[in-house]
Amino acid sequence: MPYNLTVNGRPTTVDVPAETPLLWVIRDILDLKGTKYGCGMALCGCCTVHLNGEAVRSCTTAISAAAGKHVTTLEGLSEDGTHPVQVAWQEIDVPQCGYCQAGQIMSASALLAKNPHPTDADIDAAMDGNICRCGTYLRIRKAIHRAAEIHAKQTAQFTHADLIESEKA
Amino acid sequence: MATTLPKLDSQESPKSNGNGVMDRRSFLRATALAGGGMMLAYYIEPVTKVMAAQFGPPVTLLPTSFITITPDGVITLIAKNPEIGQGVKAMLPMLIAEELDADWNDVRIEQGDLEAKYGLQIAGGSTATPMNWDPLRQVGAGGRAMLITAAAQTWGVPASACSTTASRVHHDPTGRSLSYGELAMKAAAVAPPDPKTLKLKDPKDYRIIGKTTANPDIKKIVTGKPLFGIDFTMPGMLYANYEKCPVFGGKVKSANLDEVKAMPGIRHAFIVDPGPDPSALAGGVAIVADSWYQARYARDNKLKVEWDNGPTAAQSSQLYAATSLELAKKEPGQVLRKDGDADSAFSSAKHVVEASYSYPFLSHVPLEPQNCSAYFKDGKLELWAPSQTPANGVAQAARALGIDQKDITLHLTRVGGGFGRRLTDDYVVEAAMIAKQVGVPVKLLWTREQDMAHDFYRPAGFHFLKGGVDANGKIVAWRNHFVTFGEKGRFAQSAGLSGEEFPSRFIPNFSQLASMMPSGVPMGAMRAPGSNAIAFVMQSFIDELAHAAGKDPVQFRLDLLASTPLPVAAPPPGTPVAFAPVAFDAARMRGVLQAVAERSGWGKRKLPPGSAMGVAFHFSHRGYFAEVAEVHVSPSKAVKVHKAWVVGDIGSQVINPGAAQNISQGAVIEGMSHAMGYEITIDAGRAVQSNFHQYPPLRLTQAPVDIDVYFLKTDNPPTGLGEPALPPMIPAITNAIFTATGHRVRSLPLQPQGYSWA
Repeated sequence: MPYNLTVNGRPTTVDVPAETPLLWVIRDILDLKGTKYGCGMALCGCCTVHLNGEAVRSCTTAISAAAGKHVTTLEGLSEDGTHPVQVAWQEIDVPQCGYCQAGQIMSASALLAKNPHPTDADIDAAMDGNICRCGTYLRIRKAIHRAAEIHAKQTAQFTHADLIESEKA
Repeated sequence: MATTLPKLDSQESPKSNGNGVMDRRSFLRATALAGGGMMLAYYIEPVTKVMAAQFGPPVTLLPTSFITITPDGVITLIAKNPEIGQGVKAMLPMLIAEELDADWNDVRIEQGDLEAKYGLQIAGGSTATPMNWDPLRQVGAGGRAMLITAAAQTWGVPASACSTTASRVHHDPTGRSLSYGELAMKAAAVAPPDPKTLKLKDPKDYRIIGKTTANPDIKKIVTGKPLFGIDFTMPGMLYANYEKCPVFGGKVKSANLDEVKAMPGIRHAFIVDPGPDPSALAGGVAIVADSWYQARYARDNKLKVEWDNGPTAAQSSQLYAATSLELAKKEPGQVLRKDGDADSAFSSAKHVVEASYSYPFLSHVPLEPQNCSAYFKDGKLELWAPSQTPANGVAQAARALGIDQKDITLHLTRVGGGFGRRLTDDYVVEAAMIAKQVGVPVKLLWTREQDMAHDFYRPAGFHFLKGGVDANGKIVAWRNHFVTFGEKGRFAQSAGLSGEEFPSRFIPNFSQLASMMPSGVPMGAMRAPGSNAIAFVMQSFIDELAHAAGKDPVQFRLDLLASTPLPVAAPPPGTPVAFAPVAFDAARMRGVLQAVAERSGWGKRKLPPGSAMGVAFHFSHRGYFAEVAEVHVSPSKAVKVHKAWVVGDIGSQVINPGAAQNISQGAVIEGMSHAMGYEITIDAGRAVQSNFHQYPPLRLTQAPVDIDVYFLKTDNPPTGLGEPALPPMIPAITNAIFTATGHRVRSLPLQPQGYSWA
């Protein structure tokens, strides 16, 4: 049956059986290849996307559970790599093979959206569901701290600019 | 008007390239390499000769095959090897760019397809650096010479009066200069120089080699662009799954194909018979659908297969362990090396230690499950494959389909982790067979469960050791009876042990012995094959002897390395010259061991109760590595690795230091996974573990806070880094556990022994 959802800001309708995992809708129907298949059991985190802002494993999220909701995939963070987490990942040059990194970035961006200044313990807790088989964990920790800095700087500039704008008004 | 130096064949006609680089004989050689990590690990220099013995003489690499310069100054360099996360996509082009004297900002990198003109294209044996260090620098230098010739012709001056800086040729006497872009068209017509005539840069003048260079795919990775094998699509593509017998070597008797075909979206369901080489093609059921999930859904919910399990169904890990104990009591089947008389030397030793060690089968579990896209049309096959040995995939696909290798084109995709799994191209052959049957483009993708159930596993192994130390704390006798897998005097893939394996040659009375048992479990190379298990055994038992002698584990090892080594054994008669063994250099190992002791503050720092440091070293793939782990073990056996130190000697030059740090830290993380949780158990001829809940890779929470990586630069040719940093970390951790708790870890992994990560 048809399901309506919003993917990366775009309203979308897909006609698939209710149990179809969101992952395969994203990859093979919407042709967004950033989100990866790793285990199919919510064990590795490769398929992490945001569902109404929450990091979820799309391999075990049925399309029926995503209906009417906002889905953000890696492609939806920014197309040009300018989201603070994407910027930090490039600066630190996190990946080795790179396969898990979409999921890592989506978990990290969901964390930072809620907790702009995470501690190491916060990072460990938020990132525990994402396996990196190549073992880039030290760089992931570093990149999340760096993304928090970039985000803070952008927010500060924003606030400052907003302030000037509001004063002008 | 993109005039290029040169024009790329691959862009003109993807079908016309010469993939026929491997005949049937070389396919067999390639298979030998896949399991031949041991051979590469020991018979080490020059690696080019070793590889030539396996793959035939090397192709002369031409600048025109690798370098394209357009008039706008963009320099496109071909990255020829499969990128599996080891960083070759930056590293190999860096070698070209350095000697081309290019400005790295002008460089774009393109993945090469499988083509004879690129020489050997393989991700295995940590060979990319030693195989390409000279040839690709010569490619760059050749390109530079062509540009200089073009400039000299333009100005009517001798080439010897010209010099280069980043992407420019200069005529110093007149101060004239031209950019590489301006010279590209003219340079394309210049004949490439003889590589032997080229003078390479003095390393002190390097601007690119030795400087951290980013992953060329980083932006595509962080923005989710299609990049990996699994991401490939083309119009009209169907999606396939392939179900094989869970018992190794089993075949399909029958399957309910009609019921499967009646499921939504299913276009085809058919049985594929096993090929002549079961490691290339095992029998199974192919299900082809409009979408992959439909294929998987039909497989999970409808497919019923009656299997002919075959003889392996009677085998299990338990049986292998029991058999190993029986064989250990008998006379060994093979003497790998014998010096002096170990058995009588034990009687005069002050301390004698006996211990048995074991380790399990392991699965590679790269996060990108096995997949390959294939299109068969008019007798020709096109493949998009995340493979570590693409030429092997082509050779095997040609054999299975009964077509000529020349009729197969293979495109290399980025690979979502290799670790040795993709040295074996079974999934390529399966995709090819399915594509031939369905006649439209098809993407084969395995489930994670299929990936874990149908691996070429790191072999399990059993070592029965006895060692003797004299009153001065010197090892005087050593006996190792290694019980492994094999038949008729031939070790199974990656299940071998060299007679020269350290501490061989450093102990006067030494016996390295082996016995074999048959097994139907498919085995193959896994990152640092052989070494990833042997280092645990040797470095643990050396540690036992150090403690028995009451010596500091670092000092004990330094003393052992300081003794004069016995000669390397003559290779067996008939061994090709290229395989003549070259001695392990104890001075290089002492260097890294001393450095890691210093950097870690070995013996100098007071650690809290329950904490301890462990040390180990190992030589593999031409690299010398010594590592220390600082570990805390709680009373409930919860283990925390606080910090790890890695010191490596891979020669005079670390080409891309940032990537080298990343991959070495990754090697430590992987070693931790081996130590704690990785174990494939065989029961009734099949793998018991099916997904990550039963086979847990290390998670971020469990990772050390810091992993210190340092390279000791020595006057030796640069060698590879994909593998040799891994093996020492496992015994460094288990040796630390002993010092912290008094429990000597003699089998892997730790989890079944009551340990967990803190």
